[in-house]
Amino acid sequence: MQAKPGTGSVGLVSTRSVRLFTGEEPLHLERGGTLGPVDVAYETYGTLSPAADNAVFICHALTGDAHAAGFHEGATRPGWWDNLIGPGKPLDTDRFFVVCANLIGGCQGSTGPSSTNPATGAAYGLDFPVLMMRDLVEVHRALLRHLGIGRLLAALGGSLGGMQVLQWALDHPEEVANAVVIAASSRLTAQNIAFSAVARRAIMADPHFVDGAYTAAGVNPDTGLSIARMMAHITYLSEDALTEKFGRQPHPDAHEPGFGIDFAVESYLDHQGQAFLERFDALSYLYLTRVMDYFDPFADPEALARVGDRAVKWLVLSFATDWRFGTDHSRRIVRTLERAGQPVTFREIPSTWGHDSFLLAVEPYHATLRAYLDRALKEVRR
Amino acid sequence: MTLRPDLGLVAGLIPSGSRVLDLGCGSGELLAELIAEHGCRGTGVEIDPPLVLAAISAGVPVIELDLDSELADFADHSYDVVVLSRTVQTLHRPVEVLKHMERIGRRLIVSVPNFGYWRHRLRLLRGRMPMSREIPHAWYDTPNLRHTTLVELEELFARLGLVIEQRIVLHPTGRPLPSDRLANITGGSAVYVLRAG
Repeated sequence: MQAKPGTGSVGLVSTRSVRLFTGEEPLHLERGGTLGPVDVAYETYGTLSPAADNAVFICHALTGDAHAAGFHEGATRPGWWDNLIGPGKPLDTDRFFVVCANLIGGCQGSTGPSSTNPATGAAYGLDFPVLMMRDLVEVHRALLRHLGIGRLLAALGGSLGGMQVLQWALDHPEEVANAVVIAASSRLTAQNIAFSAVARRAIMADPHFVDGAYTAAGVNPDTGLSIARMMAHITYLSEDALTEKFGRQPHPDAHEPGFGIDFAVESYLDHQGQAFLERFDALSYLYLTRVMDYFDPFADPEALARVGDRAVKWLVLSFATDWRFGTDHSRRIVRTLERAGQPVTFREIPSTWGHDSFLLAVEPYHATLRAYLDRALKEVRR
Repeated sequence: MTLRPDLGLVAGLIPSGSRVLDLGCGSGELLAELIAEHGCRGTGVEIDPPLVLAAISAGVPVIELDLDSELADFADHSYDVVVLSRTVQTLHRPVEVLKHMERIGRRLIVSVPNFGYWRHRLRLLRGRMPMSREIPHAWYDTPNLRHTTLVELEELFARLGLVIEQRIVLHPTGRPLPSDRLANITGGSAVYVLRAG
C-alpha cells in the first residue's frame, strides 16, 4: 500500500532550518518572559503562487515533526501525512504550497527544552519556559513572514494541530482564510488532563529523569517515556480498533502464563513505546502536553469578537469512534463558532479507528478535505 | 445559476442581508444563491453525506446533524429566517422540529408537498398510493414518512401558535397558482411564511 516516490508523492525532500528569533530579538512569550534564539525546522511542498494565495500551513500534533510528506534521502517510509499531501492528493501539491514546521518545545529540529540554553551552555531542562498555544502560533507566524506569506489559504491540523489552528484563526483572522480543525478540542476534559497527568508522572518519577537534567547526567528516562507513550497509544485507538487488530491473540513467544509479553496487544504497545524513545524527548512530552491542558481559548469573552466578520471560514471534523477528542469536543467548537455567527462547516466522519483516524486515508474524510480545499482555492481566485 | 423554481420562490421571500438557517439544505443551492446574490449569511443543515459534500463544494457552511434530535445546538432567536424546504414530511419528530424553528428564527419558511392534491385523491380512489411529480416515490422506496394535506398542516401550525403571514400555493410544475381558492385540492405543494404568534 505504500506509495513509492514519484507516484502521487512529492518525492525527495529535506528538512530546512531557520533562526526566527535571536538572543537580541527574542520571542516574547504569552506568560511573560522571552525565548531566544529560536530555531525552527520546516519543510515545504509545491510552489508558492506569484500572488502567494495558495499556502496551506500544516500544524502537527503532539509528537509530529516537520517531515509531513515525501521521502528523506535513503528513507523507506514517507512523512507522517503523506497520504494527504502530494500530486493529485487532497492537498494537491500541483496547486497548493504546503508548509509544515516542527513545534517549539519539540525535539525534531526546533528549539525545545533539550536545546542548549545560551545562558548556561547546557540543555535548558526544566528551565525552559512553560509554553502556551499562542507561543506556538507566534513562531508559525514568524515562519510565514520569513517565507513571504501574508495570508494563508488554510491552516490545517489534527489534535494539538487543530488547537493551534483554532488559536491562530481566533487571534489573527486576517491571516487565515480557512481554519481546518480536525479531531481537536477547545478545552480538555478532566479525563483528558488525567491521562496527561499520569503520562507526565511516569516520566518525572523515572530515576533517570534527574529533575530534567538527564542529558547532562548521560541518561534518559526511557521507562517513564515509553510508559507515557504506551498509555497515550491506547487513547489514540478505539476499543473496536484494538479488538480488530489484536483481539486476544497470544504473542507467538508466549508459552507459560506469567508476566511477560503474552498477548499480541502487549507486544504492539511495547514496540510503540520502544520506537518512540528513538524519536522523542521526555521534556518535550511534558511541555507540549501542558500546552494542551491549559488551552481554553473561548474562556476569553473577546475571543470571537476579535474575529468578527473578517472572513475566516471554518471546517471542523470529528471521528465517530474517537474517545480522546471525540465528537462532543468538536461540537463544542462548532456550537461556539456558529453562535457567534461564524461560517462553520462540520462533519462527523464514520471511522472505526478512533483518534488516529485523522492520520489515515479514511475515504469520506479525505473526500471532505478535497472538496473543501478545492472550493477554498476557487473562492480566493474568483 | 438557475435555482429550482420552488427554491427561487423561497429565495424571493427572504429579505436581503438576512441570516438564514436552511434545515435539510440538500446540496446548498438556496444558500449559495442567497449568499452570492442577496448579501445573506447562513448555515445549512444536512444529514445525507453526498449532499453534505455537494454543499461544501458549493461553498456553503453546512453542519452535518440530525434535524430530529440535534437542533438544540442552535441558540434562541439566532437567525432571521429558518427554512424547512420539502423536508417536514421526512422527519420523525416534525412537531419538535417546528418548535425548534420557532425558537431559533424570527420568520419560518416551510414548503410541503400536498397529499390532498386532486390527482393524489384520484389515485387513492382507484386503490393506489398517490404518486406525482410532487411525490415521485413508490411507497416502499420513499424518504417521506408523514404525508399531510394543507388543511391539516395549517391546523398544526395553529396549534403551535404559528401565524401564517403568507401562503403561496403551487401547481406541480412549481408555478404559483393564480388563485388561492380550493388550495387543498388544486395545490401540488405550498410555501408558507410563518411567524411566532
